[in-house]
Amino acid sequence: MSLLVPPLLTYTVRRMVQAIPIIILIMIGSFLLIKLAPGDTVDALVGDMGGADPAFVARLRAEYGLDQSVFVQLWRYMLKLVQLDFGWSYVYEQPVIEVLMSRLGNTLLLMVSSLVVAFTFGVALGAIAARRAYSWTDNMISTLGLVFYAMPSFFLSLLLILIFSVKLGWLPVGGIRTIGAFKTGWADVADVARHLVMPTAALSLIYLAFYMRLMRTSVLEVMDLDFVRTARAKGAGGARLMFHHVMRNALLPVVTLLGLQFSTVLGGSVVVETIFSLPGIGQLAYTSVVKRDLNTLMGIIALSSIIVVIVNVLTDLIYAWLDPRIELK
Amino acid sequence: MFATSRLRCRRGGDRPHALWDFNLTVGEGEIVCLVGESGSGKSLAANAVMRLLPEPHVRVSQGAINLDGQDLLSLSETEMRSIRGDRMAMIFQEPMTALNPQKTVGWQIDEVLRLHTNLNKAGRKARALEILGDVHIPAPASTYNAYPHQISGGQRQRVMIAMALVLKPRLIIADEPTTALDVTTQKQILKLIKDLQQAQGTGILFITHDFGVVAEIADRIAVLRLGELVEQGPAAQILRSPQHSYTRKLIAAVPALTPPPEKPASSEPLVLEARGLRKTFAARGGFLSGKRNPVIAVKDLSFQLRRGETLGVVGESGSGKTTVSRIVTRLLESDSGEVRIDGRDLISASKTELRALRKDIQMVFQDPMASLNPRRRVVELIAQGPIVQGVAKDVAHARARELLSLVELPPAAAERYPHEFSGGQRQRIGIARALAMEPRVIVADEPVSALDVSVQAQVLKLLADLRDRLHLSLLFVTHDLRVAAQLCDKVIVMSKGEIVEAGPTARVFANPEHPYTRSLLDSIPGRDWEPPVCNVA
Repeated sequence: MSLLVPPLLTYTVRRMVQAIPIIILIMIGSFLLIKLAPGDTVDALVGDMGGADPAFVARLRAEYGLDQSVFVQLWRYMLKLVQLDFGWSYVYEQPVIEVLMSRLGNTLLLMVSSLVVAFTFGVALGAIAARRAYSWTDNMISTLGLVFYAMPSFFLSLLLILIFSVKLGWLPVGGIRTIGAFKTGWADVADVARHLVMPTAALSLIYLAFYMRLMRTSVLEVMDLDFVRTARAKGAGGARLMFHHVMRNALLPVVTLLGLQFSTVLGGSVVVETIFSLPGIGQLAYTSVVKRDLNTLMGIIALSSIIVVIVNVLTDLIYAWLDPRIELK
Repeated sequence: MFATSRLRCRRGGDRPHALWDFNLTVGEGEIVCLVGESGSGKSLAANAVMRLLPEPHVRVSQGAINLDGQDLLSLSETEMRSIRGDRMAMIFQEPMTALNPQKTVGWQIDEVLRLHTNLNKAGRKARALEILGDVHIPAPASTYNAYPHQISGGQRQRVMIAMALVLKPRLIIADEPTTALDVTTQKQILKLIKDLQQAQGTGILFITHDFGVVAEIADRIAVLRLGELVEQGPAAQILRSPQHSYTRKLIAAVPALTPPPEKPASSEPLVLEARGLRKTFAARGGFLSGKRNPVIAVKDLSFQLRRGETLGVVGESGSGKTTVSRIVTRLLESDSGEVRIDGRDLISASKTELRALRKDIQMVFQDPMASLNPRRRVVELIAQGPIVQGVAKDVAHARARELLSLVELPPAAAERYPHEFSGGQRQRIGIARALAMEPRVIVADEPVSALDVSVQAQVLKLLADLRDRLHLSLLFVTHDLRVAAQLCDKVIVMSKGEIVEAGPTARVFANPEHPYTRSLLDSIPGRDWEPPVCNVA
């Protein structure tokens, strides 16, 4: 091929294509796994109504296609999925894709802000701790990290709500916007930001502790390497040595972890969104499980796997940018 | 121009003073070689001079360092930083790790200029390109934009030298700058350092363990032992008639470049024969992923080894010599060909046959630390092979203890762990382990490369001794032609996976036929210097 396609683009496209079979496998596996659990949508609906006669239940099952064998159901679902049709949510009485899209923004906002906070502060604190290794500052930072790391996010969430909402009344208890305020423009942005402070803090602190520990070790390791000695022999020192020679090299393992943890953060958001009643994907996943809303749940799984795949590709791209020894082929 | 007086460094550990009363001067345009074995404190001295010691664990406790009349020890860290890279520069041993892998070559040279001059961007770039030209980098402009991993080891060392020389410093400290390089590259780099130093009038403190290199480059020599200078003086004088017993011992340990006289054709039986060996490292990747080209490591290799003979395999890195040692022992599967031990083919042997055949061909590895399991006692390490072959445990252990005395280790060594030994002793354990199998052939892959010269001489002597006493055959892989000259009856010279020349060592060394062999022999550092015969008291 003599077509002039930038290698970055061909790489990205190839990675995306490689991901398709993985996503299909995930979907099949999840579908079967969910089917293994007792109860279905109809059970949940009927349970909500307080019971119904067997004929009605059977008719409902037939209507939803739940009377077929699991493999027929799987086949039908996958056929629709190939046409990018996520089906209909019987709980929300809306196409699944619409339910998902209305909530995706909130979740992405929460995840990205949490990871940015965790990464930035984690890397900065880790580097400071390493620079002053075994000093009082280092001990302080390391102890704090341990506390963050040991605290479960649900507990931290409740603690934050107790302090900042109940006692001090500074921050709203939950939701994404003040109900009935209908703010626009910057006022709206500020409102959303106020609502996100506590969820972000609750979700990010654990990861912050992770990145901090890793960055500290990594910086200590890099500071012992030959090229840092070379830089010092050239007369470089202080901030210049730290930023150009040490930190950029020390970032590599942290970036690897960042990519790997994106999916964990997605899982962590289920708890945090539920506690702060944020209308996001995590909360949706929780209610979908309770209501046995299969289509929505499968939609969430599909969406999450796509996000994780994209993030992994992005991580590799960042990695290649940071480390010129890695060639994207 | 540069002097240290009564410099002492303190650190914890084996000896309280890592450096004791270190008096050294380097004049303008002079190359002073600081020679010593590992642990002598020579690298520490270099770092002390640059004030790059890992303080406060290791620090200068007293003394003075003078550069052009200025006392470096009284300067603040900021003042010191402005001197480093400008008036004093350093070149390190390992050019791969000494350059920042994330920055281009140009950026790293540019940094020196940015730190110490007021030149603008264009001016700095012009200067960097000029110095890259001065160190004979082909295509300076493209190297300027290359990352360190994209250029060869020799070129990386040139870049290091360019970086050190770009501001025409008064003093350069070169810490084993050629140790990690192939001989032919080493020769070029030494010549480059000498030429540039003469042109700029720079003083060089050249740290090395290799007397060949010293003979090549030094104006004056200082010999360091356990942190103390035992002897210093003009190069010619020390190389010809060393005074101190330690210097004599060091020089006596340098293998002479005179191979053993050619023996008449041996009538001993053929022990090892290789025919038509090939090994290609296959192309990787394919569908939906990156492709890598196949690499031919060894193509069509044949040789013969008779009982009691030593065959040297010499060549530079990448010549395929290590691959040879691995396919001959079938640690790596070859693509085709055969290896016959007493007529039985190793390559086509089945799994059970192979286990029996392995007994006859054993290996000694380069890195004695990495090749001994750190969690097992020495006696277990040695007895392991025979036990696998079906020898009773107590018999194998008793035999292991005998072998220890054979390789000149005390009987108490049996109950200790590998980390309790020095490098030379560990290599003796490695040899004992190979001998435990009572092999016909020992394949030694760079067995003395990681050792100091004096230890190297002892291990080589032991190997030669054992070979003669036990009628062993040795296949000896090495990059060091001096070592090959001392031990090998025959050599094969390899380049890019092929044998370019083969024959009795004496004949190959005296009359090399292939241009590659000739360039290898020409590159041996200090080849014009004949180590004096000293009485080692």
